[in-house]
Amino acid sequence: MKLRNLAVAALSALVLALPATMAEAKKVKGEVTNFDFSFQGMTGTYDRNQLQRGLQVYHEVCAACHGLEYVAFRTLSDRNGPELPEDQMRAFADMYEVWDEQLRDWRPATGPDHFPESQFEGAPDLSLMTKARAGFSGPYGLGINQLMKGIGGPEYIASFLLGYTGEEDFQAGSLFYYNKAYGDWVSMAPVLFDDMVFYEDGTPATEEQMALDVAAFLTWTAEPKMVERKRAGFIGVIFLSVLASLLYLSNKALWAPIKRAAKKDT
Amino acid sequence: MSGIPHDHYEPNSNAEKWIHRRLPIVGLIYDTIMIPTPKNLNWMWIWGIVLFFCLILQIVTGIVLAMHYTPHVDFAFASVEHIMRNVNGGHMIRYLHQNGSMLFFFAVYLHMFRSMYYGSYKAPREITWIIGILIYLAMMATAFMGYVLPWGQMSFWGATVITGLFGAIPGIGDLLQTWLLGGPAVDNAALNRFFSLHYLLPFVILGLSIVHVWAFHTTGNNNPTGVEVRRASKEEASRDTLPFWPYFVIKDLFALVVILAILWAVVGFLPNFLGHTDNYIEANPLVTPPEIVPEWYFLPFYAILRAFTSDVWIVIAVNWLSFGIIDATFFGVLAMFGSIFVWALLPWVDTSSVRSGRYRPMFKIWFWLFIVNFVVLTWAGAMPAEGIYTTISLIGTAYWFAYFLVIMPLLGVLEKPLPEPASIEEDFKASLKSKSDDGPKGPPAEPIPAE
Repeated sequence: MKLRNLAVAALSALVLALPATMAEAKKVKGEVTNFDFSFQGMTGTYDRNQLQRGLQVYHEVCAACHGLEYVAFRTLSDRNGPELPEDQMRAFADMYEVWDEQLRDWRPATGPDHFPESQFEGAPDLSLMTKARAGFSGPYGLGINQLMKGIGGPEYIASFLLGYTGEEDFQAGSLFYYNKAYGDWVSMAPVLFDDMVFYEDGTPATEEQMALDVAAFLTWTAEPKMVERKRAGFIGVIFLSVLASLLYLSNKALWAPIKRAAKKDT
Repeated sequence: MSGIPHDHYEPNSNAEKWIHRRLPIVGLIYDTIMIPTPKNLNWMWIWGIVLFFCLILQIVTGIVLAMHYTPHVDFAFASVEHIMRNVNGGHMIRYLHQNGSMLFFFAVYLHMFRSMYYGSYKAPREITWIIGILIYLAMMATAFMGYVLPWGQMSFWGATVITGLFGAIPGIGDLLQTWLLGGPAVDNAALNRFFSLHYLLPFVILGLSIVHVWAFHTTGNNNPTGVEVRRASKEEASRDTLPFWPYFVIKDLFALVVILAILWAVVGFLPNFLGHTDNYIEANPLVTPPEIVPEWYFLPFYAILRAFTSDVWIVIAVNWLSFGIIDATFFGVLAMFGSIFVWALLPWVDTSSVRSGRYRPMFKIWFWLFIVNFVVLTWAGAMPAEGIYTTISLIGTAYWFAYFLVIMPLLGVLEKPLPEPASIEEDFKASLKSKSDDGPKGPPAEPIPAE
């Protein structure tokens, strides 16, 4: 009806929506690099090869201490994931041992089993880590940076793995390491060194490459349905836009005689 | 149902007559959707439909989520991950439920602000307003308990902080808190009852919403002029109104679909933007998160709660006068509940005889200041409770109470309102005329109200 009013309404709605972004006004005290990932943006998807490399880094490095308790081995073969062939996935699962309640014993894992949990109290589970950390915040608690750059979980993970300055401190009987992404001392030692894994696809295993690969893999473990979700987002928005246009025209046509009559009357 | 004269349902065929004599349900539906509605409603009158849609969306997605969720401290977090990973479309259903609750609150705030600007709460619509406040309270309870269910860190610590407010009540606080939680701390008993009540309360909201609609169908809708529909005769009433179906149904559906497109885009592309990252860490009673913040829609009240520290003079005075019974924490709790209570009193503290803010030049300024203050309080609620932020919260809280207890009563006496149009019909024609005269780019003929 009144397009001008509609525009004003939309504008006020936006202004009122601003505080909505304030809830996650988290302070990030460390330095987080805004890395580029293939899955960013509205159309971004996971890079299958990168997820497979990240899986390899997880398997050879992270899994020594950390777990992935919410991730089932079978999902490694899912579409839009690492897409391991079924036989490779089973062979991979076979390398892990899980506790079987019925056997009352450990046995090699199979497809439906989940990755083991963390081995140490101090090593958190990594399944959801990229959704449980924010890389960006502000300015002034407004959340605008997160809107522009994303929440920054994967960037935080990669920055963390690359954030060791080499400073060490011995406190109360344990060794701590300074990490500039965390902005403080951490108990986890630096774990990535150039060429510590061998990538089958020929990608040079630099420290940064490995950090990015494992961050990408952990993004997939946290949000395995991301590609499906974005696709549903596009389909839904297009459908609703078409429906809105039709309703706009219907509404205009419906009110036209009423408005014409009112104008004639004056 | 409406006091405005209009055509009522007349059964024609024998079958219709047969049903109507036994159960006049068709007549009830007919009279409800054919209610005479003021012609001049603007785009701020769409939020009612949006809110009804949100309620249905939350109930439907919630019922599906409940089929896969396990209300137990050992399994709750994992069962949510099960929904996100294994349930068909589960990730979309959960994100819709999560972000749908935010749209629900966004819409309810705009709905309430519209009511405040156009004086929809004034006689004879006080009961509609009071029921609306009850719905809002039920929504707050439902949202709070729903947020606990995923059993993340923020769920757990949010529940601990908010139920701790009851513990601040002098004397009976500790007993009350233990009784509410079913134990000394937030644990399995609390999670189970929150799940149970989170399932129950939406149906209470549905019931209240039906009464809310019934109430304003009896008084008739308010409209941007605040001038009542002329109801001396059916002919006169029809010059001011149009039937709700199809004119307003189609208009509201258009607005609803535009808003749904935005909701869908948020769900599809940034579903976690408005959430808190800490809620993807399973609840751990031994680790307190560095900051505990509620969801954004509670932040203004969270700011009010935290504004009163023990060094504020009014807290010191009240503490002294009450022989130390009311301390800073309890004062904050009283302020938080009081802030909603004074909101509910609006129909009685507003002394102006003019209904719509459009014709109240001084009111407009104070109203928009109230909106700005609301946004500032939201922001202050998200900031740490220290330094300048508590001062800002305190000023914002003072304005909140002053708006209802000082400004609204005084304005009715001090303000000289502008002339109102004689009828809704006149306003409707004037709005069409000003648009065709000015052309689309011309300056607005009148200051644009809360649209």
